Formats: sequence, structure tokens, C-alpha cells
Amino acid sequence: MAGAGGGHRAAPRPRSGMSEPAPVRRLLIAATLVVAGCVLVLPLASVFAEALRGGLGAYLASFRDPEALAAIRLTLLVAAIAVPVNVLFGLSAAWAIAKFSFPGKRLLITLIDLPYAVSPVVSGLVYIMIYGANGVFGPWLAAHDLQVIFAVPGIVLATIFVTFPFVARELIPLMEEQGTEQEQAAMTLGASGWQTFRRVTLPNVRWALLYGVILCNARAMGEFGAVSVVSGHIRGKTATMPLQVEILYNEYNHVAAFAVASLLAMLALVTLVAKAVVERRAGAAAAQITTTEVETEPQRREAP
Amino acid sequence: MKIRILVPAAVLALIVGAIAMSGAARTASEPIELLNVSYDPTRELYRDVNEAFAAHWLAKTGQAVTVHQSHGGAGKQARAVIDGLQADVVTLALAYDIDAIAKHTSNLPTDWQKRLPHNSSPYTSTIVFLVRKGNPKHIRDWDDLLRPGVAIVTPNPKTSGGARWNYLAAWGYVLRRELGDLSELHDPAAAAEVAAAEAAALTFVSDLYARVPVFDSGARGSTNTFVRNGIGDVLLAWENEAFLAAAELGAGEFEVVVPSVSILAEPPVTVVDHWAREHGTLEVAQAYLEFLYSPQGQRLAARHYYRPVSPEHADATDLARFPALDLITVDDVFGGWQQAQRVHFDDGGVFDRITAGGR
Repeated sequence: MAGAGGGHRAAPRPRSGMSEPAPVRRLLIAATLVVAGCVLVLPLASVFAEALRGGLGAYLASFRDPEALAAIRLTLLVAAIAVPVNVLFGLSAAWAIAKFSFPGKRLLITLIDLPYAVSPVVSGLVYIMIYGANGVFGPWLAAHDLQVIFAVPGIVLATIFVTFPFVARELIPLMEEQGTEQEQAAMTLGASGWQTFRRVTLPNVRWALLYGVILCNARAMGEFGAVSVVSGHIRGKTATMPLQVEILYNEYNHVAAFAVASLLAMLALVTLVAKAVVERRAGAAAAQITTTEVETEPQRREAP
Repeated sequence: MKIRILVPAAVLALIVGAIAMSGAARTASEPIELLNVSYDPTRELYRDVNEAFAAHWLAKTGQAVTVHQSHGGAGKQARAVIDGLQADVVTLALAYDIDAIAKHTSNLPTDWQKRLPHNSSPYTSTIVFLVRKGNPKHIRDWDDLLRPGVAIVTPNPKTSGGARWNYLAAWGYVLRRELGDLSELHDPAAAAEVAAAEAAALTFVSDLYARVPVFDSGARGSTNTFVRNGIGDVLLAWENEAFLAAAELGAGEFEVVVPSVSILAEPPVTVVDHWAREHGTLEVAQAYLEFLYSPQGQRLAARHYYRPVSPEHADATDLARFPALDLITVDDVFGGWQQAQRVHFDDGGVFDRITAGGR
């Protein structure tokens, strides 16, 4: 995931120098297709097949169930909080890291990557240790009649934690690559910090930002492990869509389970399409920037 | 540089807002809500009970009540209540898990089990076998489980209450087989024979767990492993879970096998006083549990394959489904749940030693 942002920077290389014999090539392609088919396409297709097993009526009826609707609402609410929070954080962190140098910068970058390295179960348990009844803040929260764990705030916190790196990780390499020249130019021309950020920095990274938002959103809606630990599994109240899928499956309600799962699968498909579109736009934008830079380069050298 | 301060402030505001919202939502509700934290296989039972109770309570008091459910392995569920899951009532698989809540929190008194009749268990159950159609491995009793080539599915005793009943049923069966009469367990003169029987039980249970390919965290997970994923030759299951699977999941695809000896499982229920008081639901929570003992509650229990403590209230056709079998009890054979848990399931207990050696 961390390297996904690099996708649009790799320009297509001419491959004239190397060429495998045709049979080898065909074998490799066939092997890839078979593996991709078994591992990716087949499960995806089977989700929809299972969901539609009882006919379209049964499929649609699954979404009239109040518990399923509550799960969908909760999932949307959680994503609606977690994604903007991580956009704000990701932007500010990436800006700080890429445009300024300060002590502890490396440490901050490592910390941002922490959620990638920690198992979601552990991150859920950590929140129980902090906000649970026997946790560090447990007595204080109880005294003020606030509930974090086994309620919506805990689910939001756990989701923010696991989706923490997605935006920042997309932005940092791009912002570092772009350097600070344009910002410095803006500053020299009298722009304030906020103007520089809004007029110069933000437009330069908008596609990478969107890309990060898409990934962040997909993970926020699909997260199971950490959310499962802090949810309490109260149906209709603290069950997100992935948890609802598990509940329904465990209740032998397979059509409904796969109906909800199909929503998540559709989300994944939409994410993929959006990601492809963004990548193409980002590639075009990057190419444009490069050409402008090349054109302006000689003038800049002549200037002093 | 203002933005640097704005960002953390906005994040904080969002989190505080979310916390406040959830707090407000809880106190503003006029129709009353209950949270029943239960174990894995009671899903279908409580769906019906909750509906019937809501109608009963509305007719009696004019108040609408919604009972929310949370299900999972009993050990895991108890852990969640200890960690702050605000259950108004708990309906778990065994007394030990409710004891654990009483021990680790001050949410309910330690003598909770004396508050309702029949050790606070409105229904009982036992452990039986579920096998595939035609019983291809010819499993009739506990000894058949250890025949070559038999794979057994049972959940993890660390997290599942049903799994602990499974384990103790197997252990108790061997003691009964070796000793004939279980009263010898309490006879100091028979100490040598008892020690030999316990050793035989240890060997038997070790062999049994060496044949378990998957440990799920709850009973329902194991049922799915056996039924949907087609893993294993025999499922050690709650009687109610086995009958439900046999009846609802492709009738005729599975058969229930009743062993000669099994264990009397008493899944208890109780009000979690602290949260019920906090939520103002003490009265309705109490009424909810009493409803389980009422003729209507007992009839629903029997319909969902739980053995009612007052069978006279249940339908005769439902009762006829329960096979007669020889049932041992935890108190008689294992000296109660506290001791059974300490000896067998706590960290470093017999179960840990069995699984550490075998794998």
C-alpha cells in the first residue's frame, strides 16, 4: 500500500531491448490470469451469486431489515468522520514533513506507518486498555457518563487509527519530490502561509490527495478486526457492515449476509474504478508539470 | 501557520462531538431499551423471546421496550462486560463467566446465582454429537470419537462456554466408564481408583483434542465450520445447536447422535445491577428474566430445543424431541465451576498442557 502512490510516477519504459520467446510470454500471462481468476475474480463473483441465490426479491428484502439499514448508516457515519479527520491530519503531517525540517521528523514518519505494522486486533485491544472500563481513562469516562468503547466513538477511534497512514503516505513522497521552490516563490511574492498552501501546495497534490481519500474511505468502510474488538457486537447499534455480514452469516442467513457483503464488494469495485480514473488524471497532471518545468528551466538559469 | 493549530483543534472537536452525541442519544430515549449480552447459539431463541416479551410488557405497562442483542463466545462476552459493555442482563453459557463479571467488577453481587430459581437457569441443555448423513464413521458414543480417521470439531474452551461443557462431558464420560459409580469420587477409600480414572480421562481428552483441526471462538463458529465448510466428521455441540442445525440446514443432511452419558448444562441469566440501575431499567430487566420462567418463555425455550425447567408449560411435541440420557453435573464430578475452571481451563491448566504437548 505504501508504494501505491508511486504508480503514477513510473513512466512507461520502452521494452525494445528485452523480449522473451512467445511461448514463455503466453505461459506467464496464462498463469497470471489463472491465479488472478481464482484469487480475485471467483470470490467476487461468488459474493454476488450467493447474494442473488434467493432471487432479486430476497436480495432487496435484505436491505429493508432495520438492522442492515442501521449497519449501513453506522458505516457511513464512521467513514464520514474518519476520512475528513485523516485528510486534515494527512495534509498537515505531509506538509510539515515535506516542506520543513525539524527534529523528530524521521520518528514522525515512522509513527505514521505504525498502523500498517500493527495487527488491527492489537489496535482494538489498545483502545480497550485506554478507554475501557478498566482502562486508563475508564473511571473518568464513567464518572462523566461517557462511553467510548462498545459505542460509536470507539468504533470511530479504531477506524481512524487503522486508516491513519493512507492520506499522509500518498502525499509525503509527492510533496517531497515537488520540493519547496514554488512555495518559496509564492512567499517571495507576498503570499501568506494559508494562501501559499491553498493556491500552490494543494493544487499540486490534489490527485494524490484524492487517491489517498479513496483508499482511506475503502478501508474505513471495510475494516473488520479493530472495529470487531471495540464494537460489542450490539446488532442494530454498534454493528458496522462488515460485522453485520459476520452476524448474518453466523445466523445461517446467507442470502442477507452476502447481500450486505455485495454492498462492500460494490464499494470495492467503485474504489477500483475511481482509483484508475484518478491515476490517469494524476499521470496527465504530472506530465504537464514536467513539461512546464522543462520549458521554464533555461529561463531560470539565465535569470541570475 | 495558523492551520497547524486549527487541525488538531478540529480533530479534537470532532471526537468530543461524537462522544457527546452518543451520550445524548442514550439519555433521550423515551421507549425503553434493554441490552441482553448472550452466548453464541441463543440467537434464534432470544429473537422470539424479545418479540414476545415486548408484546407482554406493552400490554402490561403500556411502555414499548426494545431488547438489543449481542452474541459471541460466552468467555469473550463476559470479558466485554468486564471491559465496559453496558449489558442490562447477561444470559451466558455457564455460571463461571457471570462469576467472572462479579469478581472483576462491582456490577453485580457475588451471590447472583441465588436470585432466580433453578440456579438462575430458566432452561438447561446438554452436549450431543452432530454427524453427517448416514453416520458414515459409525459414531455412537464417546469411545467412537477416538477411532482412527475421525476428525472432531469443537470450539476453543478458552473463549467458548459450550466448548467447556464439551470438554467436561468427555472427561465425565471417562470417569463414569472407569468408575461405574460416580459416588466413588467422594469416597476417600477409592482414592487409587479415582486417580487411575482421572489419568484415563486425561489420556482420552488429550487424544480427543489432538483430532480437532479448527478451534473457533464460539459454538456458532464451530457449527458453521462443520456444516457450511464441511470440515470434520463429528461436531460436539449444544443439544439445541445440533437440533437446530439438523432441522434448519438442509434437513436430512445431518444426524444427531446422543451419547450414553453427557453433562447437564445450566446456562444462567442475571441482571447486571449496576448498568440496569444506571439506565433506569432495573424493573424491566427483572421482568424480562422472569418472563423466561413464565409459561410463554418456557414454551419458547422448548421450541428452540432448550430443555425447559418447567416442562409442564411446554408443548408435548417439543418435549418429545429431547432424548433421555444419563446426565452428570459439574457440581458432582468437578466440584463446581470455580474448581473446574481453575483445574482445567485457567492459564497453565490441564487444557493448556494438553494442547501445548499435542501441537
